[in-house]
Amino acid sequence: MTALTPIRTKAETALMAQFDALRGELPKGGPGKGDAGKASREAAMAAFATRGLPHRRVEAYHYTDLRNLLREAAPLARLPSGKAGRSVEAGRFLGDLSAHEIIIINGRLMDAANLASQLPKGVRIATTSDTAPTILDENDAVVALNTALSRETVTLEIAKGVKIERPLHVAFLQDAGAPQAVYGRLNVLVGEGASVTLLETYEGPNGIATQSNIGVEIAAGDGASVEHVRVNAEGDKAFSLSSLGLSLGRGTSALSLNLILGSLVSRHQILARFAGEGAKLNLNGVGMLDGDRHGDVTLVVDHAVPGGESRELFKTAVDQRANGVFQGKIIVRPHAQKTDGKMMSAALLLSEDASMNNKPELEIFADDVQCGHGATCGALDDNLLFYLMARGIPRPDAQALLIRSFLGEAIEELSSEELREALGGLIDGWLMRRA
Amino acid sequence: MLEIRNLHAEIDGKPILKGVTLSVKAGEVAAIMGPNGSGKSTLSYVIAGKDEYEVTKGEVLLDGENLLEMEPDERAAKGLFLAFQYPLEIPGVATMTFLKAALNAQRKKRGEDEIAPADFIRSVNRAADMLGISREMLRRALNVGFSGGEKKRMEILQMALLEPRMCVLDETDSGLDIDALRIVAEGVNGLRAKNRAFLVITHYQRLLSHIVPDTVHVMADGRIVKSGGPEVATELEAKGYADFAAQPAA
Repeated sequence: MTALTPIRTKAETALMAQFDALRGELPKGGPGKGDAGKASREAAMAAFATRGLPHRRVEAYHYTDLRNLLREAAPLARLPSGKAGRSVEAGRFLGDLSAHEIIIINGRLMDAANLASQLPKGVRIATTSDTAPTILDENDAVVALNTALSRETVTLEIAKGVKIERPLHVAFLQDAGAPQAVYGRLNVLVGEGASVTLLETYEGPNGIATQSNIGVEIAAGDGASVEHVRVNAEGDKAFSLSSLGLSLGRGTSALSLNLILGSLVSRHQILARFAGEGAKLNLNGVGMLDGDRHGDVTLVVDHAVPGGESRELFKTAVDQRANGVFQGKIIVRPHAQKTDGKMMSAALLLSEDASMNNKPELEIFADDVQCGHGATCGALDDNLLFYLMARGIPRPDAQALLIRSFLGEAIEELSSEELREALGGLIDGWLMRRA
Repeated sequence: MLEIRNLHAEIDGKPILKGVTLSVKAGEVAAIMGPNGSGKSTLSYVIAGKDEYEVTKGEVLLDGENLLEMEPDERAAKGLFLAFQYPLEIPGVATMTFLKAALNAQRKKRGEDEIAPADFIRSVNRAADMLGISREMLRRALNVGFSGGEKKRMEILQMALLEPRMCVLDETDSGLDIDALRIVAEGVNGLRAKNRAFLVITHYQRLLSHIVPDTVHVMADGRIVKSGGPEVATELEAKGYADFAAQPAA
């Protein structure tokens, strides 16, 4: 076989140069962990160099062709000093939440020294330069870039059996005055039987072409209970790539909700693995896309063990010239009998030029399973609209009420009323701006 | 109060109403009876303003104002109410939220203040009690999981709350058992007033023995073919629609 020399795009070349520059900056690492981190970064970058940015012929990126969309790799963001940040306002767009706040600016954990004492008992926070993924697919280009270019991994550990009452709110901020790229990694280890609500918010300035690539891994121990809410409220020119890896131990119950409010281009990928039997997983999504925005959610639910239950419910409202993407794949491995999986993606097209690509897939190798999927794309129901208007509700308000009810279904399963209301408020705000 | 003059309407190019002329006075309860496919429901939709119907000729006036030029919500604010034959389910919208939105939207359009929350709850509860609607139903999403009878009662509750002048009831009796029919009829009778009129559309006479009309009109093939007093309904009950179906009006 002849070795092919790939033709690299400008962005690919720049990303490789950024890695070379970063190499010198990173801690050399002591024995063990640091070295392991270095090796995995090098391996990740080598993997990226071989394949380059994924393009439309790579199925998972078919609708979000990164080779085409990512023309420029913005320079890596400067890290803020570790002391800044306590005075920073984060996640305020959600209103006043009673949550434990953890702030990460440009990929760096703020105020790490004081944070440890402020977090509730049973929660530990630490940073390491080891960015090797443990759940996410290291061969995926976005994960590889995240591994290679994230400076640190922030690890949150919830001790065995601990119930954390208030949500842990991890606020990711882009502090940018010019185009820049932020890479960040968060690992959450939820101990056996522990219970936690994790909120992630992403914010950045409008009008600046910021880029982000954030990797989050949540490993839920046996019998743990996890609610995870992720809110993308990045700036209107942001290019946001994100990867979520979930690993579910025996009998765990987990819900992860992704809400898209911001970014010009966003792609959120999820890899959820059933590691122990009898776990229950809900993956939900709310997408609000308008203008020329592009929002992609691509997920794989991997039933590797018997008796798992998975439910996906994704609701996307697409207005003006925006474009939505949902790709969902449920895999049921040969011995994963008694798997129960249902996937639904519904899109509401609010204008003639809006578009949505829905691609549900099932790959079933076991014979005693229940799996189903559905995908819909449609306009607002004229009959419902007429019914509301016949009661005196003007057309724009009637439309807003129907869109609200359509999107709202995906947040109903959240157990925290406070979070449900906060997310409902974001939907209402979007509808108000739309009117 | 309601004046319909030579109304023609079609859907997808197919004529359904072929010259309906009808007038309902304040305080009057008028019934429209007719066989399936005669255009009864179309008439109710055209009056309320459903936009898939195209009016090709004629007028619909409410107290002299042309309804056909108004959006459905403006017609509602003018005091028109249509009780749907098949009330729609609206998941994710709590019944109370919907009722309040509807009431306040109408008040706003009429230049009135929003209703005080306490007054609103009192009015809803009063109407709900009259119609045997539980508080629990009011907390649920609008019409979601309601039985056919519950949905019809919810329509009458909306009518009671919104206090329209002109009420159009489209086959409100369909799908109701005799007890539900009585409750609904009592609800309607309770709203009869000097300054309020009703147009009761029905296929069967049985509703009209509970809501006794002042006038009865028979509709066939998109026209009113016979008008008279309550005796017309009794006659129809005995003879059926065969006479009208066999010889569409010339």
